Amino acid sequence: MLNVGQLNEGFVLDHIEAGKSMELYNYLGLAKLDCCVAIIKNARSNKMGKKDIIKIEGGLNLVDLDILGFIDHKITVNIIKGGKICDKKELALPNTITNVIKCKNPRCITSIEQGLDHVFILTDKENQIYRCLYCEEKNVK
Amino acid sequence: MKHLLSPLDLSVEELDDLLNLADRIVADPKKYSHCCDGKKLATLFYEPSTRTRLSFEAAMLNLGGSVLGFASADSSSASKGESVSDTIRVISCYADICAMRHPKEGAPMVAASKSSIPVINAGDGGHQHPTQTLTDLLTIRSLRGELGNLTIGLCGDLKFGRTVHSLIHSLIRYENVKFVLISPKELRIPDYIREDVLDANDIEYVEVEQLEKVMPQLDILYMTRVQKERFFNESEYLRMKNFYVLNAQKMQLAKPDMFVLHPLPRVNEISVEVDDDPRAAYFRQAKYGVYVRMALIMTLLELEVK
Repeated sequence: MLNVGQLNEGFVLDHIEAGKSMELYNYLGLAKLDCCVAIIKNARSNKMGKKDIIKIEGGLNLVDLDILGFIDHKITVNIIKGGKICDKKELALPNTITNVIKCKNPRCITSIEQGLDHVFILTDKENQIYRCLYCEEKNVK
Repeated sequence: MKHLLSPLDLSVEELDDLLNLADRIVADPKKYSHCCDGKKLATLFYEPSTRTRLSFEAAMLNLGGSVLGFASADSSSASKGESVSDTIRVISCYADICAMRHPKEGAPMVAASKSSIPVINAGDGGHQHPTQTLTDLLTIRSLRGELGNLTIGLCGDLKFGRTVHSLIHSLIRYENVKFVLISPKELRIPDYIREDVLDANDIEYVEVEQLEKVMPQLDILYMTRVQKERFFNESEYLRMKNFYVLNAQKMQLAKPDMFVLHPLPRVNEISVEVDDDPRAAYFRQAKYGVYVRMALIMTLLELEVK
């Protein structure tokens, strides 16, 4: 068992599907942070068998919870103060996501228009389907 | 300020108001011949179109207004790399309303977000073509007196045909509309229309390959062209384009009060011998297209004629 040092002030993204932590790292732009970030891959989990965990030192404002919710709304966010969990944040599927994913439809206006945001709208909550605001193409995860 | 980007931008009540105005224009076109005096329509056509552009121009001219614009991307600043957002900001300084056709899906929505004048989507790629839908609805209502209580056969390219998709979206809002979807299996309606629109709203429909068998049930037969530009493979197109040809013999199977519609242009899916049949309504449909665009221009410019 590998030991990663205890976090005193910060937050832990727990129950990440095994193997997904690097994808999350890139989507959340964690490479740009200059605080301490720990990625734990394939940790043992009673609930999931294997899971990934990300620990981040600092305030929750360092990450966009909408992006996190879009990628996997089942991830647990534990807020740590004085080395202990003081709060848990529930994630939800965001209604809109902007500039997180790009529309892959070559006929979409986003493929040529300069400076246009890539906006996706949640159109089917049950099946977690997002469609491009402009061409309505379905995003395939 | 309102724009028209999708047929569903109009509620059923707004649509009724628009079609009622179109009816009044049909009844007395002269009365409306000066209501756009001094107003200008910009037709921004980034890809070629004959009837849509000319019907918009005819509509504005009929209302006493004038028209400016371009008919292809080559003759616009798009060829110099200008964005849609910049173009519409400039055009907003020149005209009172604009109609935009663009090969990229969602371009009119981008234009509307930056525009200070109403924007009408005159077709964006394979996405939406709301004024064709308005034309179809006005035609059906004028011919039958109502938009509900009908069995409509949609025949031909149901996969890529955006007019068919928009028409289904619009007609499901009316009572007791049944769809008969007639296409080769390669050109069947996309899953998202079948599942998200028809199944989700519990709409009655059947999918068949043979036109002859279902002809006697239909109140409206909406024919579509198999579009060459949607195929990557020439041989596949050649095989599909002759799949359905409506001729006088097949028309004998239809009800005496059935009507044939087509968004035009046709290639060979309706034989010219059908043109003289009183049930062939596709050229009347083109005329209704001008009237409904007149009503739309007036509605978006908030003009009234007492």
